[in-house]
Amino acid sequence: MGFISQVINGLGLGSIYALVALGYSMVYGIVQLINFAHGDIIMVGAYAMFLLLTVAGAPLWAAVLGSILFCVVAGVFIERVAYRRLINMKAPRISLLITAIGVSIFLQNLSQLLFTSSGKTIPSMFDLGTLEAGSLQVPSGSIINILTSVAMMVGLSFLVNKTKIGKAMRATSEDAAAARLMGINTNHSIAFTFGLGSGLAAVGAVLYCNTYPMITPYMGGLLGLKAFVAAVLGGIGSIPGAMLGGYVLGVAESLTKGYISSSFTDAVVFGILILVLLIRPAGLLGRNVSEKV
Amino acid sequence: MKQRILAAAMAAVMMGAALTGCGNKPAESGSSSAAANTDASEIVIGGLAPLTGNASIYGIAVNNAIQLAVEQINQGEGVLGKKIKYISYDTKNDATEAVNAYNKLVQNDKIVALVGDVTSTPTLAVAPEAVKSGIPMISATATAEDVTAAGPNVFRACFTDPFQGDLMANYASKKLNAKTAAIIYNMADDYSVGLAETFEKTAKDLGLEIVAKESYTTNDVDFKSQLTKIAAKSPDVFFVPVYYQDVALIATQARQLGIKSTLLGGDGWDGVIEQIGKDNASAVEGSLFCSQYSAESTDPALQKFLEDYKAKYNTDANMFAVLGYDALHILVQAIEEAGSTDSKAVVEKLTAIKYSGLTGEITYDENRNPIKQAAITQIKGGAYKFLEYYSK
Repeated sequence: MGFISQVINGLGLGSIYALVALGYSMVYGIVQLINFAHGDIIMVGAYAMFLLLTVAGAPLWAAVLGSILFCVVAGVFIERVAYRRLINMKAPRISLLITAIGVSIFLQNLSQLLFTSSGKTIPSMFDLGTLEAGSLQVPSGSIINILTSVAMMVGLSFLVNKTKIGKAMRATSEDAAAARLMGINTNHSIAFTFGLGSGLAAVGAVLYCNTYPMITPYMGGLLGLKAFVAAVLGGIGSIPGAMLGGYVLGVAESLTKGYISSSFTDAVVFGILILVLLIRPAGLLGRNVSEKV
Repeated sequence: MKQRILAAAMAAVMMGAALTGCGNKPAESGSSSAAANTDASEIVIGGLAPLTGNASIYGIAVNNAIQLAVEQINQGEGVLGKKIKYISYDTKNDATEAVNAYNKLVQNDKIVALVGDVTSTPTLAVAPEAVKSGIPMISATATAEDVTAAGPNVFRACFTDPFQGDLMANYASKKLNAKTAAIIYNMADDYSVGLAETFEKTAKDLGLEIVAKESYTTNDVDFKSQLTKIAAKSPDVFFVPVYYQDVALIATQARQLGIKSTLLGGDGWDGVIEQIGKDNASAVEGSLFCSQYSAESTDPALQKFLEDYKAKYNTDANMFAVLGYDALHILVQAIEEAGSTDSKAVVEKLTAIKYSGLTGEITYDENRNPIKQAAITQIKGGAYKFLEYYSK
């Protein structure tokens, strides 16, 4: 029973990693940018939730939708202001990376200025209490996380593989120049990717607020890093890879805490990362052929 | 600044008067080397506190409280029939500043005892100097373990951080009759590690079984894996010696996982109700934590101090102010008992003191750390309720 609980705990935590990892992976797939500001989008989404729920007093569904919309707009806006010119000017990747770190620091400090550095409490959201099955006690939050992340994953796969904009995204990621020749507005598909990734991060933020009802300006830092690790573990650029990486990371953390020692969590988790990359340098589901998807 | 110049000028005038006075009648102390401040009618006590800078909120509170205490003593009978003269300098929470200020107090102002510093770092720097000169030194609020290890004349009024772990283990075992306990602590934080270690050690001595000891690091938000393990052991009490932000997350998740144990904590819990919010407040309901004092205590002396302080400074007294007041009074009581301001005699009386003040009754252990009562606060109906003073 203990084992099942620990796996569910891990999947619940991993779901949030997975949703954030998707954003890292998609953006990397299309512009080879490791968007370090992506973790902070979660923070933006969480504060949007906080403002809508406590200050504006909006109903829950409106707060969730509002927060997702806000993040989508923020993601597109950041791409337009900070990255587009660099991408189109074919700036060295290191400039993009440094810009991303700059955006991350900017977002953290902005929210610290606006909301102070002390944590804010989120009122309880989807509280279904604790689910019990025999001696098994599972917080409803973990189950909600898992179901939501799976639904998002299915929706995203459909979007990328079956729709026109998805085809444009894939084309841009294969070869941006050729895609332009085929009449695809690559700027649009890049902006769409940023918006989509940020929207998924906002869903992650909603789940985060529901599971851990306290937010700080720096919450995106470690979370973003772990999600990035999940993306690399699964194979950066691969959508199912990002999901798998997130779940593996969450379950590995949970089992380490549960059966080895809570002091060794990060050592074991990052040990797994090193091991996987030694054996499969492209990650679990990554393609080994080229750096583009 | 103006006030300080004025004070210095007045001191000079009084000194002059005192010196002429000395000439007219034989000096009581028998020493004819009438140094600048050995005014027969005054006892000079020095103070060190960060009055500016990042720790000024603590320093100002301690300094204000001491000034208030001195004023009250001087309006009354004084000490040994003399008035107290309190001279304090700003140490800016800096070790070098503190040592310089200390030297000035000893060499220029000829203090007979020192109350200070307020924070641990400058106090640690000053303590070895005070040991060299042998004058009695008492810090109101420096909690670092090493402060009083400097020498036999260094004391403090507050209890140390690890003391709380010891105390709560006693409380759990003797008052709550707990047989099993679990601990979760932040292994990246000295405060939390200290409390967890002493709790575990004392629990073992008392036969309180530790069924689970789990850790995490700063910035962790998910504790479900550790808590699942703890839930499986269903301990009587669950000791959570961390700061209130983490307490809010841990308590909420613990209840979700079905942990029904009584939660226990240290003074880092202050603020948890505000942090956890209305929706999850039930998670900490019935929890107990200890602190240096409780403003809700009905002790008339404490309530009078809180009122006087508010009247004089137009702001509420905090824990630092209360301990500052106690620190000065501990020193004064030792001087009274010694019957003189001789360093050796005062230190001797301090070591054996039985003091009863705003933060409860205090005696000193062999390391000159106070053995004192702690205020036990219970969270009840979504509010802090002072329960009792407890000492092991």
